[in-house]
Amino acid sequence: MDAHATTFGVPSRKMAMWVFIASECMFFGSLIATYLSYEGKSLVGPTPREILNIPLTSVSTFVLLMSSLAMVLALEAVQTGNRRGARMWLGAVVVLGGLFLAGQVYEFREFYHEGLTLQQNLFGATFFVLTGFHGAHVTVGVIWMVTLLVMSLRGQLGPERSLDVEVAGLYWHFVDVVWIVIFTVVYLIQ
Amino acid sequence: MSAHATAAHPPLYAGGLRSWLTTVDHKRIGVLYGVSALFYFVVGGVEALIIRLQLASPTADVVGADTFNQLFTMHGTTMVFLVLMPLSAALFNYMIPLMIGARDVAFPRLNAFSFWTFFFGSVLLNLSFFVGDPPDAGWFGYANLTSKQYNPGMGIDFWLLSVQIMGIASIASAVNFTVTILNMRAPGMSLMRVPLFVWMALVVQVLMLLAFPPITVAFIFLMFDRFFGTHFYIPSAGGTPILWQHLFWIFGHPEVYILILPSFGVVSEVLPTFARKPLFGAPFMIFSGILIGFLGFGVWSHHMFTTGLGAVADTAFSLATMLIAIPTGVKIFNWIATLWGGHIRFRTPLYFAVGMVGLFIIGGLSGIMHASPPVDIQQHDSYFVVAHLHYVFFGGTVFGLFAGIYYWWPKVTGRMIGEGLGKLHFWLMVVGMNLTFFPMHFLGLDGMPRRIYTYATDLGWERWNMIATVGAFLIAVSVLVFFVNAARSLASKTQAPADPWDAATLEWTVSSPPPEYNFAVVPTVNSARPFWLHKYGPTRDISTRTKAQGTPAQPDNPPTRIDLPSPSSWPILAALGLALLGGGALVGLWMVLFGAAVLVFCVYRWAFQPLERTGHPTFGPAPSGGSS
Repeated sequence: MDAHATTFGVPSRKMAMWVFIASECMFFGSLIATYLSYEGKSLVGPTPREILNIPLTSVSTFVLLMSSLAMVLALEAVQTGNRRGARMWLGAVVVLGGLFLAGQVYEFREFYHEGLTLQQNLFGATFFVLTGFHGAHVTVGVIWMVTLLVMSLRGQLGPERSLDVEVAGLYWHFVDVVWIVIFTVVYLIQ
Repeated sequence: MSAHATAAHPPLYAGGLRSWLTTVDHKRIGVLYGVSALFYFVVGGVEALIIRLQLASPTADVVGADTFNQLFTMHGTTMVFLVLMPLSAALFNYMIPLMIGARDVAFPRLNAFSFWTFFFGSVLLNLSFFVGDPPDAGWFGYANLTSKQYNPGMGIDFWLLSVQIMGIASIASAVNFTVTILNMRAPGMSLMRVPLFVWMALVVQVLMLLAFPPITVAFIFLMFDRFFGTHFYIPSAGGTPILWQHLFWIFGHPEVYILILPSFGVVSEVLPTFARKPLFGAPFMIFSGILIGFLGFGVWSHHMFTTGLGAVADTAFSLATMLIAIPTGVKIFNWIATLWGGHIRFRTPLYFAVGMVGLFIIGGLSGIMHASPPVDIQQHDSYFVVAHLHYVFFGGTVFGLFAGIYYWWPKVTGRMIGEGLGKLHFWLMVVGMNLTFFPMHFLGLDGMPRRIYTYATDLGWERWNMIATVGAFLIAVSVLVFFVNAARSLASKTQAPADPWDAATLEWTVSSPPPEYNFAVVPTVNSARPFWLHKYGPTRDISTRTKAQGTPAQPDNPPTRIDLPSPSSWPILAALGLALLGGGALVGLWMVLFGAAVLVFCVYRWAFQPLERTGHPTFGPAPSGGSS
């Protein structure tokens, strides 16, 4: 329906993504608020101080931030009809997003071996559910980016479809911003 | 071109089952919501009647304590999620595009997905009856009542998974309608010219967007507690059941406004039409509605005064709750002022609208009582609260929605509905409702707790309970009268006119029922009452007005070609995949994975299917040249 004139002149799909992001803010807000309200309430260890690996997660945070940069460049490339650039930068988003997820899998496995499980204590439950749902959002984003990349490789992602990339980009940046909040709240402020 | 000009429109509801399963037309989806909601209204009503039979006399033995718990849980869950919300959604779906001058919603297929997701979720909830284990922890599902330790059966799992699925439907629908209302308005329809009903719908969409995520998170925690052994709500591991209460009521109080604001919107359309006056202080009504929605997010803890939040929190939530009385009072005074001095026509929709105002005031007044913590602590968990919430939900929402059903019935069905039976329905319902719920105030003040399945003889509660039960059956009779009236109307052959009430808004400019494309010509709006202006010109004085003998507001046939979205199977199949994914948690991992695979497959097919494909519905003259 984007071809039709809209009241605000904003494509409806773009507005829908903004509206959905507002909803997602409440979703992650509730998860983060629960994490904070249960902080220090665990009856047994391990505690965040014992287990969280800030250097490692700083690296994966940097990787995710760079993926947002790649996203911006991918959109610019699609809008200007630069097909090579579109493929390169979409590929970069996929690789960087995948790296972030790999880092999360590694982190979860490490924590598991050090005795932090969902069932171990409240920290485990709130940490894994919060970061796990964020990871699920990144996974959806990576799948979306792979789809766009395949479309681009098939030559189906010309400038006339740049809105597809822009909407996906809004989602991607949002997931990135949420991670900044989670990283700050969970890892940096203990 | 001439062949097109003389061809009659195909009837809106023609076509077999397949056309209903794959429809993306907002009007048909509205009908699907309405029929489902009325069906569940009967289901939830029967549950209520059994509850009332059990409570009619002391130490009765109609059902046991366990069944009683299941009945009030299913009654509450059904009425909130399967009746009031979808009945509002029915009116939103059908009317919003027509009232803002649009040909459909912003995302027609997402709209179909929302309905089917809701529908499969509602089926999953009621499947719990067939496995013999319905949920029994109340519609609020307070933690510990729902823990695996105290509630090991599958009932709670059915409940949490199905409400979770329906929550996804609500969020999808809220995104859709927010964008539709903001972005699909006809040229000239500024926000202050948007009809009140649509404005209240917009506030409701925003509330759903922001209130459903917290309950989704609450359900995720509960799901992890029950399926994976976490301790979010388990005190022995440091968790607190109060967390559930916070998350539930951060959703639950906005939910109250999600349920009542649609009814406010209907009344704000019906009263001006039948008083033949513009709505008194329409901008104030809009801002009051927004303020109610905004304040609705800051009052959740007034449901939790007995948990001991401390004096500061109690004071803050008490004050915020009392503040809501101001915009609500504005609305009620403006409704009364709208009627004042009007040329009132006493038709059934007006009866229900006025009934809503009167009955809602009673519920509102007892609501203000609950804003005071000491009073609330006295009344907490007593029948006084049951009385209060039924005056709000039944007196407020059900009466308002019935006003809407009678008001828009001719538009939706193309048939007029009987005035005599309509008024009989109204009077039976008013009497039945007050007989049922007013005595509950006395019972509550006399100390009768909620949710008890029976009571002793010497407590003196027999008389009021018996009266309440008689009232409940009177309500059942009134609903029966409605269904008889509806059946008679549908069986009649007389075509309803396009504008039976001489109303002011755009939905009355098109035929009854509307053509599939809604508007042959997208209207240009230059007033908050565009159709009134078209008919009568700018005069506000009702005594001197004469109906302008001008051109009809809409031509019979579209002068230019109209392309509509094609029907699609993917939304319903994607919704089915989602339901299998959710319901699969009760069966096994294989079904969860299967559902997920179906969902992903259907979403991809949906995303790559053009909205308008070969053979999509087109109207109007064929294009003179070129291809499309």
